[in-house]
Amino acid sequence: MTIRTLTAAAAIAALALATAACGSPSSSSSQNSEGGKTLTYWASNTGTSLDHDKEVLTPQLKKFEEKTGIKVDLEVIGWNDLQTRIQTAVTSGQAPDVVNIGNTWASSLQSTGAFLPMDEDAMKAVGGSDKFLEAALETAGAPGQVPTSLPLYGMVYGLYYNKAMFAEAGLQPPKTYEEMVSAAKKLTKGGQFGLSLRAGSYSTNAHFAFLNSAQNGAELFDADGKPTFASDGVVAGVKRYLDLMQSEKVVKPSDVQVDSGQGVHEFAAGKVPMILGATIDSAILADGMKAEEYGVVPYPAPAGAKDIASFPAGINLSVFKNTKNKDGALKFVEFMTSSETQTALNDKFGTLPVLKGAKPTFLADTEKAKVLLDIYATQSKPLPLVAAEDQFESTVGKAMTQLFSKVASGSTVNEEEIRGVLETAQQQVAASAG
Amino acid sequence: MSVTTVEPPAQKPTVRPQRKNRRPKSSGWWMPYALLAPAVMFVLAIQVLPMVIGICMSFIKLTKAFIANWGSAPAAGLANYSITVDFNSAVGKSLLSSFFVTCGFTVLVVGLSWMLGMAAAVVLQKQFWGRGFIRTLFLIPYALPVYAGIIAWKFMFQKDTGAINHFLFDNLHVGGEKPFWLIGDSSFVAMLIVAIWRLWPFAFLMLMAGLQSIPSEVYEASAVDGAKPWRQWRSITLPMLKPVNVVLILVMFLWTFNDFNTPYVLFGNSQPPAGDLIAFHIYNASFLTWNFGLGAAMSVLLLLFLLLVTGIYLIVVNRRSRRA
Repeated sequence: MTIRTLTAAAAIAALALATAACGSPSSSSSQNSEGGKTLTYWASNTGTSLDHDKEVLTPQLKKFEEKTGIKVDLEVIGWNDLQTRIQTAVTSGQAPDVVNIGNTWASSLQSTGAFLPMDEDAMKAVGGSDKFLEAALETAGAPGQVPTSLPLYGMVYGLYYNKAMFAEAGLQPPKTYEEMVSAAKKLTKGGQFGLSLRAGSYSTNAHFAFLNSAQNGAELFDADGKPTFASDGVVAGVKRYLDLMQSEKVVKPSDVQVDSGQGVHEFAAGKVPMILGATIDSAILADGMKAEEYGVVPYPAPAGAKDIASFPAGINLSVFKNTKNKDGALKFVEFMTSSETQTALNDKFGTLPVLKGAKPTFLADTEKAKVLLDIYATQSKPLPLVAAEDQFESTVGKAMTQLFSKVASGSTVNEEEIRGVLETAQQQVAASAG
Repeated sequence: MSVTTVEPPAQKPTVRPQRKNRRPKSSGWWMPYALLAPAVMFVLAIQVLPMVIGICMSFIKLTKAFIANWGSAPAAGLANYSITVDFNSAVGKSLLSSFFVTCGFTVLVVGLSWMLGMAAAVVLQKQFWGRGFIRTLFLIPYALPVYAGIIAWKFMFQKDTGAINHFLFDNLHVGGEKPFWLIGDSSFVAMLIVAIWRLWPFAFLMLMAGLQSIPSEVYEASAVDGAKPWRQWRSITLPMLKPVNVVLILVMFLWTFNDFNTPYVLFGNSQPPAGDLIAFHIYNASFLTWNFGLGAAMSVLLLLFLLLVTGIYLIVVNRRSRRA
């Protein structure tokens, strides 16, 4: 009788296990592809919409399939979800083969060890590291380590301005922070504000916390990789950015709820004369503004401060280490970073080339392209290439969103409060790193 | 043999019940267990296993350096917990404030939802024209997909373009500046409104069902004795609904305390401190900083707290009902 009981129990247990096994990994089609003929590719939202990305990428993926016989399953993922999706993929091991990452995450993701290191062999397979611009390649991972990503599209921040509105007010494009503020003040009138910020987006806020601090000569992490967010230079930098809304009052308070392309629409519609954005040309043009109607200059530093206008922003391409089709994945990376594909994609997305000797073709007038390339090459300082960089973005960026909320709802934020908030962020980063 | 055959009759009365108890055991007693086993195993797999894994996670240093290979994560001992409950540090302090926000939120949401549900259920108890329509209408928020419902509220709460500010300031001409609803302190109110809007139909539904089981004779008898509606409600409806209320309030408490959807959809990536509910806070703590060990420790503490509250609640309620 006991034997019968045991067998019955064992049979039921086996059944339960079998059903449970059915429910798990088989969902990812790429992992068990026959003969490595399929790749899964997660693309970021680079164009004006997810559909636009798909439209632009699909013909290229077709070309790749014709060349190599490898079919690429494309999924375009919005920026709000991409980091979480990558995290989940890293955690569960159910990952795509190739993925786009924001290049500021490169060293953070590198430290997870879930991505394929681009060692010499891998580099050779994708066409050699010499083909990339140095500034672009620097964003591929922490210095002194084998990178786990390769540059795909380049971007920089710039100050975009409406030429007609500037001419009407008799203004010249600003060269310093002070000129920018005075121009914005002159243009702030009758319900119109001089400058539009993406103050609801934590990553944009974090980027400008970095830029303004860097202009002050402040570092976000010390030599040991410990966060130093609460230092004087960072506090002053954050305050300078907040003051655009707070004391200068040239930014519309409700910009605090702008976390996507809404500001660009208003800029293109002529409702706001200036906007800060990272190579947003294609979005502006898509909104119907003509190329000759607007100009772009570097995000200006205060007189006497360091001349830093941006960081080499952009999107990198990473291969997951556990891909079943390493050769195919590397072939795909080679294809995506080949000069032919790069030209086609950069043209459509309005992004900067990451290859040596390539010219941006997305703008009718090369003048703007030259400005942006100059910023990329000479006025950019990379965001800290440390593992905790993404935590800087999330903690400080969100803290700044809160500070903006306070300003927008009418209360004042002084230096002490900023320092307190930054100290909190610093402790949070230290707690999870240590 | 003969001895044994003789003796039993004397002991028959005591032996027989034993045999009767044993008889079902002797053949196929295991059948119910075997039939239950798959269910038990699934419960273990679905409910208990993740819980155990979560508890294990809270004792290791599961940061992003180890996330790709959990096995290599070093043991953290109680470090995750000590960070969590160190209320002088940034992490502990923000967790504590999130906890208080959640407590206030839960009390208000459960209380107001219950009151609304009770009022509506009692009013709709009487037969009148259009009752069915109104009942259906009241249940709509509960039937709507969560995401769709909350995102609609999110649009309505926008400062410059939202319907609520438009209604208050452009139609009713309330003076002053249009407020932000989704940032700053007013976000608590916004979250409260949405949560009540979603929860009260459930209270209404449960209480309405409970009211059906109260015989109308009781009301008639009390009316003969001169009881007014308020007295009827207090002395008849409320006590007779007690079993429903006990479960209803417990369930609503647990749901609301663990509410994730409302703040997540309403505030997206930038949660204001006033809208920082604890489930959302834990999600942010673990996903933003990739520190899943810390998040797990917070979750375990939350679990213990909810178990404690539920336990105390059930003991108090049961003791009262036994005394009564």
